[in-house]
Amino acid sequence: MPAVSLTVNGKAVKATVEPRTLLVQLLREQLRLTGTHVGCDTSQCGCCVVHVDGKAIKSCTMLALQAEGAEVLTIEGLATADKLHPMQEAFRENHGLQCGFCTPGMIMTAVDMVHRLGHELDERTIREELEGNICRCTGYHNIVKSIAAGAKAMSGAPPHQAAE
Amino acid sequence: MYNFTYHRASGLRQATNMLGKFADAKLLAGGQTLLPTMKQRLASPADIIDLNKIEGMSGIELKGRNLVIGAMARHADVASSPVVRHAIPALAALAHMIGDPAVRHRGTIGGSIANNDPNADYPAACLGLAATIVTTKRKIVADEFFKGLFETALAPDEIITKVSFPVPKKAAYQKFRNPASRFALVGVFVTRRPSEVRVAVTGAGASGVFRVPAFEAALKKRFSPKSLEGLTIPADGLAGDIHGSAEYRAHLVGVLARRAVADAG
Repeated sequence: MPAVSLTVNGKAVKATVEPRTLLVQLLREQLRLTGTHVGCDTSQCGCCVVHVDGKAIKSCTMLALQAEGAEVLTIEGLATADKLHPMQEAFRENHGLQCGFCTPGMIMTAVDMVHRLGHELDERTIREELEGNICRCTGYHNIVKSIAAGAKAMSGAPPHQAAE
Repeated sequence: MYNFTYHRASGLRQATNMLGKFADAKLLAGGQTLLPTMKQRLASPADIIDLNKIEGMSGIELKGRNLVIGAMARHADVASSPVVRHAIPALAALAHMIGDPAVRHRGTIGGSIANNDPNADYPAACLGLAATIVTTKRKIVADEFFKGLFETALAPDEIITKVSFPVPKKAAYQKFRNPASRFALVGVFVTRRPSEVRVAVTGAGASGVFRVPAFEAALKKRFSPKSLEGLTIPADGLAGDIHGSAEYRAHLVGVLARRAVADAG
């Protein structure tokens, strides 16, 4: 079987995979990084969003072999030893999740959003940018709040306080 | 997805040779259509030739009066490119309406055009802007390129390298989006060029993207939404499905064409 070498969350990784192995399968089934989820497996829902070379992509719609030489960042790579990433913290504080299944993809999409669009994100922008991420619990309201707060927090500004 | 043999092409010549050598091969560009299609087993190529490691295929530049976009340019690159936004803002806006942010990071202009999905956005831009599709063999004008549902003029061993768009005086794209798939239920691209007006329609045609000569003639006399008042297109030959009847699509073509003209100003 062909081999692939890549960097995942800062660590060099080598694996042998079938050509048809998807990036998400390599991450979950071989590297045991199960934080990245598979929701729809049809590039609709966004549960599988990871960053490849700094850009958010749907890892169910990319072959593992295509990640040769790439830098991959998954939800597991965001937090440091005992400190959540500001975006993760914002989701916790603002109750940006219920069942949590879509959350890894939401957070990876949110971090990418901040990288591209900056720290001041209005509600309309956030809702538009979330069109590739589906949540079936929350109605998005608190996710949008979380992302606005997380975006600000990523600039090092004082974190937004939850309403209650 | 059925298994296949994966080949990573390092250059266009190598990719072309592989296409000649393997009878049942598919090119992999952004993969945002091909991979889902393979998962559904609607396609099961024996060989996949990955174009992603070929250098120099994703440039975006203004060459004289033409905006030239490399075939591997991602939708996100086209949408955010200052060059595109300045030369043909309607094209940047169209790229921004494709799929979602993650899909736009992978999907490519060449892949979209080669696939020629009847509901895709880029075919409308190519036909509407009178683009020229440059391949490893020749140059093909958009009017000759799109041949029907998922059919193009491309030979089996021919690869799109870039797309050249003449910079128009005015252009606008209006899309009525299917909210689930984010493809165009109907999309209309209107362009005012020095010599002609073009109205190109995607999503509605039973055999893919098409132009509307009656609208073009009316707009050539006077480029205003008012010129299209009372003009309709027949539902015959349009697509009808669970998302919208042929009559509904015919109606949308008129509405979106008027909005596009107003938008182009």
